[in-house]
Amino acid sequence: MTTTASRATAAASPRESTWRTVRRGLALSPELRTGLAGTLGLAVVSMAGRAAVPVAIQQGVDRGLRAPGGPNLDVVAAVVATTAAVLVVTTLCGYLMMRRLFTVSETALANVRVRAFRHVHNLSTLHQQAERRGSLVSRVTSDVDQITQFLQWGGVILLISLGQVVVTTVVMLVYSWQLTLVVFAAFAPAVVVIRLFQRRLAAAYGLVRQRLGAMLAAISESVVGAPVIRAYGVAGRTAARLDRTIDEQRRAQQRAIRISVTSFSTGEIAAGLALAGVVLLGVRLGVGGAIGIGELTAFLFLVTLFIQPVQIATEVLNEAQNAVAGWRRVLDVLDVVPDVADPGEQGVDLPPGPIDVRFVDVCYRYPDGPPVLVDVSVEIPAKSRVAVVGETGSGKTTFAKLLTRLMDPTAGQVLLSGVPLDRVRFASLRSRVVMVPQDGFLFDTTVAENIRFARPELTDEELEHALDELGLGDWVAGLPAGLATPVGERGEALSVGERQLVALARAYVADPDLLVLDEATSAVDPATEVRLQRTLDAVTRGRTTVTIAHRLSTAQAADEVIVVDRGRIVQRGPHEELVRDADSVYGLLYASWLEQTR
Amino acid sequence: MTVAGRTSRDVLIRGIRILGYAIRDEPWVFTVAVAGSVLYSLLIVASAYVVGAVVGTVVVPAFERGEAELGTVLLGAGALLAVSLGRVLGMVGRRIGAGYMQYRLQARYRRRVTRRYLELPLAWHHRHATGALLSHANSDVEAAWFPIAPLPFAVGTLVMLAAALVSLVVTDWVLALVGIAVFPALFTLNVVYSRRMAPRQARAQQMRAQVSAIAHESFDGALVVKTMGQEARETARFAAQAGELRDALIAVGRLRGLFDPMLETLPGLGTLAVLVVGAVRLGQGAVGITELVGVAFLFTVLAFPVRAIGWVLAELPRSVAGWDRLQTVLTASGEMPYGEVTLDADPGRPATLVFDRVSFSYPAGTQPAPATASGDPAPPTAEPAAPVPAPAPPEAVATGAPEPVGTPVLHEVSFTVPAGRTVALVGPTGSGKSTIASLAVRLVDPDAGTVTLDGVDLRSLTADSLATATALVPQVPFVFDDTIRENVTLGRPGITDDDVWAALRLAEADGFVAALPDGLDTVVGERGAALSGGQRQRLTLARALAGRPRLLVLDDATSAVDPRVEAAILAGLRGGRASHDAPVAATGDGRAPAASTPHGPAAPTSILVVAYRRATIALADEVVYVEHGRVVGRGTHHTLLETTPGYAALVTAYERAEAERQRERDAERSEVGA
Ligand SMILES: Nc1ncnc2c1ncn2[C@@H]1O[C@H](COP(=O)(O)OP(=O)(O)OP(=O)(O)O)[C@@H](O)[C@H]1O
Ligand SMILES: Nc1ncnc2c1ncn2[C@@H]1O[C@H](COP(=O)(O)OP(=O)(O)OP(=O)(O)O)[C@@H](O)[C@H]1O
Ligand SMILES: [Mg+2]
Ligand SMILES: [Mg+2]
Repeated sequence: MTTTASRATAAASPRESTWRTVRRGLALSPELRTGLAGTLGLAVVSMAGRAAVPVAIQQGVDRGLRAPGGPNLDVVAAVVATTAAVLVVTTLCGYLMMRRLFTVSETALANVRVRAFRHVHNLSTLHQQAERRGSLVSRVTSDVDQITQFLQWGGVILLISLGQVVVTTVVMLVYSWQLTLVVFAAFAPAVVVIRLFQRRLAAAYGLVRQRLGAMLAAISESVVGAPVIRAYGVAGRTAARLDRTIDEQRRAQQRAIRISVTSFSTGEIAAGLALAGVVLLGVRLGVGGAIGIGELTAFLFLVTLFIQPVQIATEVLNEAQNAVAGWRRVLDVLDVVPDVADPGEQGVDLPPGPIDVRFVDVCYRYPDGPPVLVDVSVEIPAKSRVAVVGETGSGKTTFAKLLTRLMDPTAGQVLLSGVPLDRVRFASLRSRVVMVPQDGFLFDTTVAENIRFARPELTDEELEHALDELGLGDWVAGLPAGLATPVGERGEALSVGERQLVALARAYVADPDLLVLDEATSAVDPATEVRLQRTLDAVTRGRTTVTIAHRLSTAQAADEVIVVDRGRIVQRGPHEELVRDADSVYGLLYASWLEQTR
Repeated sequence: MTVAGRTSRDVLIRGIRILGYAIRDEPWVFTVAVAGSVLYSLLIVASAYVVGAVVGTVVVPAFERGEAELGTVLLGAGALLAVSLGRVLGMVGRRIGAGYMQYRLQARYRRRVTRRYLELPLAWHHRHATGALLSHANSDVEAAWFPIAPLPFAVGTLVMLAAALVSLVVTDWVLALVGIAVFPALFTLNVVYSRRMAPRQARAQQMRAQVSAIAHESFDGALVVKTMGQEARETARFAAQAGELRDALIAVGRLRGLFDPMLETLPGLGTLAVLVVGAVRLGQGAVGITELVGVAFLFTVLAFPVRAIGWVLAELPRSVAGWDRLQTVLTASGEMPYGEVTLDADPGRPATLVFDRVSFSYPAGTQPAPATASGDPAPPTAEPAAPVPAPAPPEAVATGAPEPVGTPVLHEVSFTVPAGRTVALVGPTGSGKSTIASLAVRLVDPDAGTVTLDGVDLRSLTADSLATATALVPQVPFVFDDTIRENVTLGRPGITDDDVWAALRLAEADGFVAALPDGLDTVVGERGAALSGGQRQRLTLARALAGRPRLLVLDDATSAVDPRVEAAILAGLRGGRASHDAPVAATGDGRAPAASTPHGPAAPTSILVVAYRRATIALADEVVYVEHGRVVGRGTHHTLLETTPGYAALVTAYERAEAERQRERDAERSEVGA
């Protein structure tokens, strides 16, 4: 259903060219270009260092050792001293170049990480759910690492190699343009073939990244679901499934390297052809007197000098496909347009004061699913306490999500205090309207930090005061370390009911004008719940509260009850009124509630 | 620095040892890769000679004679081509070999690490953030095997170097000494490099794990972040950590920037030294000019491959950092060993569960630093991990010894669920009910006392017999991102589609499943995102019922289910499903067989049920009331109502609240009337 369908949204974009990805990436991170000219300059100088030693040997041998009057040690000494100086300078340049490159690229990529992270949070809940956590995590971790790794290794090598190619080409041209043409002719088909392979390689590495995401998602699920896996004794099967995703990723990697190697061997074969071609043509030219032995010999060595960086560059380009695949996954996530977007500047703030709610002919269906809410029109007056009840799956949570604009209705409109919800600025909306979701999630920190999640400025004293107001002061005092008690990952070091208490306190201190509670106390014991409800009623008086609950005690205490049945509002009114009709949906619900509680 | 100094001194040695493990694990692929590499290296040297030979025997004579003999020229060209093809062969062997070796090692260690995740106890999981565990399986594995890619090349180069040295020694021993001197220098430089690199790499890996942990947690809690509008703050939290990772990586990069050019220059300096010494030796007449030129040329040819050795050495600190972090998982102790005893397999017969003076405390030490995600076992300093992979702090669960410090949660809890009976577990929030439930199916082991099933201590049962005999429906339903069918069967053998439907029907989940577009094949999204809360809960209930357990533990498993449905489910569990009108009927498309369940009503089962609702409690033969981890009352509902005030307060809370409201309302009305 929805997940499988919308999962495609964030999937790899269809076969985008490498260049386009790189251009998009650079457009996203203009920082990467800072001081590029300087870095390139340093790279060229440090590359020159590599040529220094062969030149020195040639000079030292020819002019020093083979000097006409017998070996001339002075020349050798001079050559060696000069070269050593050059080496020192180029080493220094190499250091400066790498330093700049790393600083610039790491800074830029850290920003990319952060931007992608933020963007994931900007996506709507539905989009977020379209991809598994583990896979989303890989987009801000290992996919970005891939780019870094490439820039640190490949980037430098590519720069240096390209410099070497240019220099050698110039020297080759000086020696003989005809032979240079031969060399280029030998490489021309290889370039075409390599380009073709690059495309396949891009797809192959795309698959590698995707498989890695899938693998991490599977691992994440097996870690989070560890209790279930253990309780049902299905570790063996889970391991088998993990192995499958691990092996699929490995196979994707192996496929990529096969393609990469094939592409690389084309270059190597071209090198052989070039050498052979140079010998053939060189001999012809030489026989014709157009070129001397010395020149031809030199040219043969030049060809070797040319081949080496070309091959290294090919190799680096192959590696680049891996990085580009990672980059693409990061860019892809940034490209998903948030469908529930903050109107930002164009938006308005909610008018101050209590909030009233109006649903006008609201319909909702999850992508590819059947309609979940149908023609819902309802008004919730400001300051009222409303309970929403209905059977499992009737659409209550969906109603709450539309009310808090976690999703936009497929048809109709939701208005808060008369303002269409999609025109309300998020800054205003999220501070005035707070929902406690059905599955309370806590962050892996202390109770205090969780409660002040939305109001980091609150002091411990203020927190204690708020908890006292809610009647939870004693409970917190009874925790091993009071407010400083760690709650564990997802709150798992607290009991489920305790987690709900923290989540509720968190929403309460956020001080909203419209509070939406979706089964917020479903796991809390009845005595505590009743107490909490009473204190909550007292402290939230003057604000609008919408409470979804299966425990009808909530409905009994509410000003008004809204009864949802299969996506429609079938009844509304105060509890006393609704129970009068014993055969109505509410009447039946209440009857079974009574039967169960007394 | 003393500790770090000592530990990082042997980073190179340890790194080489890790390479040894790699070779031991993948000997064949490694052999192929090295063979390819040797072939490649030899042909690189050979190609220099071949070029020389072609020049000497083909080019020079042709030039001198002023005419070319086609056959010879073609032969020369062919020789060059042949050498190239040979190199291609060697290169393919080396690259594919190296790649396969690296990927196979990665996969092997990912399997090992994830296997450990499955084996280690929940207590261990509680101490480690999911994101950090992902990072072990991802970037630490990657880091550990990073040097594998250039390894065969480097080993091939070693062979080549040996050959070169031999020819050097043959030429002139003084020159050979100069040449050899380059290697100790290279090695020393590498030692210094890795010693300084090791802590930085360790820190980078640790920061990677923390970035991963924050990302995972934040995406996990995305709904809360969104509903509270805290995206900016979460981003700031992430950005701070990403910034630390950036700084760590820049620190790594700077050091590399310092040493890499030096490592690269060193062989060049060696060549220059050869030139100087060579010139002197030439003057002494110890070597001939041709030999000297040959040696100098050899050095230039070797310069590039020698760097491959540098690559491997340079990556060793990173490899060690990743390896150490992997070892914290691989050597973590504390898996719960299972016993040998199997219960006689008679699924029809309910089991007897006995808690005998069970005490339990959750291990302390999960204290995260306030305001930051804890998540990582590594020390917060930049120092590298200890040389011998330090096992995680000793875990009491492993030894079965009571945890020295911790939060005591249960104190001498004793009760019995007789075969075929239903026992309700009641108690206020946080009193220890879920802890009891997880002890009952041995998710955790007691610190003291015993839990027995049919008289056998749970600890001596085999994993299989424990899993088939018991089933827990946890308080928070966990649904896999898989089909409905897989979620119910979990791949357990012998559960047919009919069984699945029967279980779904019993859990009152058949109606909504039948209405789904793909029925049992519907994929439900991660954690069941595409289902409503109650639907998730009923799905996990069906999962438990499908295995027809002999002991069923329901931990508040119907909290998100509306009263009517709950009544139906409970009635079903008791085996008498007739008493209610099914709220949802199967759609008539035949996917949900409308006939009654193939094996009739639920098989008789012993049930331990955590509940608050009276109706649920009323079904129980006995109620166990817990407060603060102690059993403070046992008996029937009615006796407890009278004898245990806490219990009475709890179960009559709604009535009293309603009565109070009624009183208030009456008071208001009379006021208005007055
Ligand atoms: N993300 C989703 N994608 C597709 N379908 C969904 C999604 N979320 C909910 N649904 C479906 O929409 C319907 C209404 O779900 P909703 O969560 O609103 O129910 P609910 O009234 O809150 O139920 P409960 O009481 O069990 O929480 C259900 O049939 C559910 O399967
Ligand atoms: N992993 C853990 N680490 C430390 N303490 C824990 C852990 N899990 C639970 N606790 C503590 O143990 C006590 C009992 O928890 P338990 O989950 O068993 O309560 P419960 O009776 O099920 O509560 P509820 O009704 O809220 O589900 C609580 O005080 C809780 O804070
Ligand atoms: Mg709901
Ligand atoms: Mg519990």
